[in-house]
Amino acid sequence: MSSWHEFLTMGGYAAYVWPAYGIAALVLSVNAVLPGRRLRRQLAELKRKRGGGAQP
Amino acid sequence: MSKLSWVWFHRLASPPYFYRLAGRLAPWCGWTAAACLAAGLYGGLWYAPADYQQGDGFRIIYIHVPSAWLSMSCYTLVALSAGVGLVWRMKLAHAVAAAAAPIGASFTFLALITGSLWGKPMWGTYWVWDARLTSELILLFLYFGYMALSRSYEDPRSGERAGAVLALVGLVNVPIIHYSVVWWNTLHQGPTVFVGSGSDISAAMLVPLLIMIAGFTLFFAACLLKRIQGEILERERDAGWAREMVERT
Repeated sequence: MSSWHEFLTMGGYAAYVWPAYGIAALVLSVNAVLPGRRLRRQLAELKRKRGGGAQP
Repeated sequence: MSKLSWVWFHRLASPPYFYRLAGRLAPWCGWTAAACLAAGLYGGLWYAPADYQQGDGFRIIYIHVPSAWLSMSCYTLVALSAGVGLVWRMKLAHAVAAAAAPIGASFTFLALITGSLWGKPMWGTYWVWDARLTSELILLFLYFGYMALSRSYEDPRSGERAGAVLALVGLVNVPIIHYSVVWWNTLHQGPTVFVGSGSDISAAMLVPLLIMIAGFTLFFAACLLKRIQGEILERERDAGWAREMVERT
C-alpha cells in the first residue's frame, strides 16, 4: 500500500474486502465474549444456589 | 509410555485440574493471539504487495485461509475427542468436543462467507456447487448435526454418545474437503501453501498469512479453553470441588 486512499478503496475491491473483514471481526468478537460471559453466569448461579441454601 | 507421563495424563484428565489449568492458560493464548492478529493485519492489509492478477482483492486470503484451516482442524478435534469419550468413557473428552463444536461452526461459517465475498469479484458469482464449496457446506451441517444430536436426549450421556458416532462418521468429509481441489476440476484455486515443499507465493505475502494462521489458532485455543471451563462446570456442578471453589470466592 502506498496511500491511505489506496488502502480504503482496496484498489477497487473495497466492496468485497471490507465486508469480509467486518464479518470476521464480528465472528471473532462474539467468540471472544460468549465463553467468559457463560462462565461468569454459571459461577454466579452456583454461588446463589449455595448461598441461598445457607440463609434463613 | 513411561510411568511419569501416565501420571501426568491422568492428572490432566481430571476435571478440577484441567479447569484450573485452562483458566491459567486462556489469557496467555488470548494475548499472544491479539499480538499475532495485529501484526498479521498490518502485514496482510498494508505491507504485502497487491497480487498481479487479483489486485487488492486477494487480501481476503488473510482471513479466509485461517478460518478454513480452523474449520477442518477443529472438526478433527471434535471427532477425535468425542471418539475418545465414546471408547474410554472419559468425561473431559466429551467436554472438549462439546466446547469446540460451536467455535468450529463459527469458523466454517466465516470461511464460507469470506470465500463467497472473494468469489464474486474473481469468479463472477457468490456461490457455485463445486466440490470444495459443497464439502465445506456439508462440514457446517455436520457441526450443526453434532451439536443438535448431542443435546437431543433426555440423558446427556446418551446424547454425547450419539453425537460422537455422528462426528466420527463425518470425519471422512475432512480429507474430501482438503483434496477436493486436487481430485475434481473445481472453480476454487488449488493449494497455495505447502508445508515442507515450499510455497508458490512470495514471502511478503506468505509471512503475514502464516502469522494470521498462528493468530487465529491461538485465538481458537483461548476461546476453547474458556468454553471447556464452562462445559466442565456444567457437568460437575454438584461435585465437591466445584462447591468448594464457589465458596472460596
